[in-house]
Amino acid sequence: MTKKIKNLSLNFGPQHPAAHGVLRLILELDGEVVEKADPHIGLLHRGTEKLIENKTYMQAVPYFDRLDYVAPMNQEHAFALAIEKILKIEVPSRAQYIRVIFCEIGRILSHILNVTTQALDVGALTPSLWGFEERETLMTFYERASGSRLHANYFRAGGVHQDLPAGLEEDIAKFCETFPKIINDLENLLTDNRIFKQRNVDIGIVTKEDALDYSFTGVMIRGSGVPWDLRKSQPYECYDQLDFKIPVGKNGDCYDRYLCRIEEMKESVSIIKQCLSKMEKGPIKSQDGKITPPPKKELKQSMEALIHHFKLFTEGYRVPKDEIYTAVEAPKGEFGVYLISDGSSKPYKCKIRAPGFSHLQSMDYLIKGHMLADVPAVLGSLDIVFGEVDR
Amino acid sequence: MNTLLELEKKINSELTTKINNSEIKHNQLYLEIDKEDIIDVTLFLKTNKDTKFRQLIDITAVDYPEQSQRFKLVYLFLSHEFNQRIIVSYNINENEIINTLTSIFPASNWMEREVFDMYGINFKDHPDLRRILTDYGFEGHPLRKDFPLTGHTEVRYSEDKKKVVNETVKLEQNYRNFDYESPWEGTSYIKELTDTNDKKN
Repeated sequence: MTKKIKNLSLNFGPQHPAAHGVLRLILELDGEVVEKADPHIGLLHRGTEKLIENKTYMQAVPYFDRLDYVAPMNQEHAFALAIEKILKIEVPSRAQYIRVIFCEIGRILSHILNVTTQALDVGALTPSLWGFEERETLMTFYERASGSRLHANYFRAGGVHQDLPAGLEEDIAKFCETFPKIINDLENLLTDNRIFKQRNVDIGIVTKEDALDYSFTGVMIRGSGVPWDLRKSQPYECYDQLDFKIPVGKNGDCYDRYLCRIEEMKESVSIIKQCLSKMEKGPIKSQDGKITPPPKKELKQSMEALIHHFKLFTEGYRVPKDEIYTAVEAPKGEFGVYLISDGSSKPYKCKIRAPGFSHLQSMDYLIKGHMLADVPAVLGSLDIVFGEVDR
Repeated sequence: MNTLLELEKKINSELTTKINNSEIKHNQLYLEIDKEDIIDVTLFLKTNKDTKFRQLIDITAVDYPEQSQRFKLVYLFLSHEFNQRIIVSYNINENEIINTLTSIFPASNWMEREVFDMYGINFKDHPDLRRILTDYGFEGHPLRKDFPLTGHTEVRYSEDKKKVVNETVKLEQNYRNFDYESPWEGTSYIKELTDTNDKKN
């Protein structure tokens, strides 16, 4: 007797705890095996690029916080670098160190979230409880520097918005002492955990060639054994003066990517420590009054400062006609800004290159032939945040 | 192939007529080509042993409504081997159909879908040219300069109909685009001051 078997179409999301946001996946299943995955994205599309075209350069910065909202400052960084390169302004050394510190904090924030929620997706609850406590501490650092836990608006063209408040450097240093122990705790829970390994080892394997063809960047490409990190290969800010290693995976599976993230957090801690010890007192933004606003206290005394302040916050600074692509190594991969300026105070075009977009695109390739239960594991290790995918 | 200058020379000598213009700025190479040549140029950049641009970073378009050739297509490539970036661009008219890169770079699939969605540019032989970022049933192409910032429709839940409805945007007040621009150039003395300070140090 022969029976006709029909493939089953399954709608996964957009409201699903393992979808890490508003992802709608149309899965075609043969029994429990996934034959095809078609991600529908754009449910969080806010037209960021269109909005940026209608705002001045300074007003555009907060939109970058809302892309990958897990590591906001890393995004602002790419935009600030693009403007600085066109305007040819130098960022003072203290500002560079502050930027690097907060970029690495952003990296830790993002990796904690990813590692622990990936564990949650495959059945471990405790890591997220432990990890989120540390994220909370890190977000208070964000708050103390910028006034906001998430939407920092802190990296402006020419430097950072304001100097670190008294005591913050010491507290970050203290955190760097205690945090490695937390990473160890997480590792004790996960790295040799039988269930965690069964769910992740040899799942979602990416070969070197495919990682290149699918435009993978960041941990996704390093997990497959390609030693590529923009902080090393195309150093920006003061990364070339810092000593750090780039962890690289071997097999390109979910487990290797998890290991890479854990190692990267350790490196980040060491980078922050180095920055704290090298940092000296000094200006935190460019002294060119036509780009960076004057300190508040000067407004009451100086006519010039008042005019600068007024002009900067109404018209904004103008950026000469140019075209540039700058990229930074955000926690999720290469985050780039392709900026076209036309000499006015608003960008003519600002294309945001989000790493998650290319990673999610390969979902069909990654999941084909795996079981339905592997979907959350693969999705988790892609490290998707819909703020940046949908823009 | 070590420096961008050498790369520029190499590309110009190999592809001669296909390159309309090449320029180096911001440590990147900018190439202008014709739309017919995109496949050849990409294949050359990807496979030649002296270029090896193995990664397609992004595809995007720029809208210049006042120009005779309205859109500029931009392709960003990255070479890990030589640690170089290249930006390839060409101009097209509004209704022109261009070649897809999906057979060379699978990653271009979604990138081209995004360009199609945002600018309404069609790609020939694209395997799956659907809208990607905008809503199901959306009309228009948002990143075109003639598309209003507020959009054409808004969505709300209708209590009467017990469902989500699409309506034309009603604004209490027209969108106002203030023009703050004034002939305000910077003073030059600050730059001079910092320059002399630098020299002293």
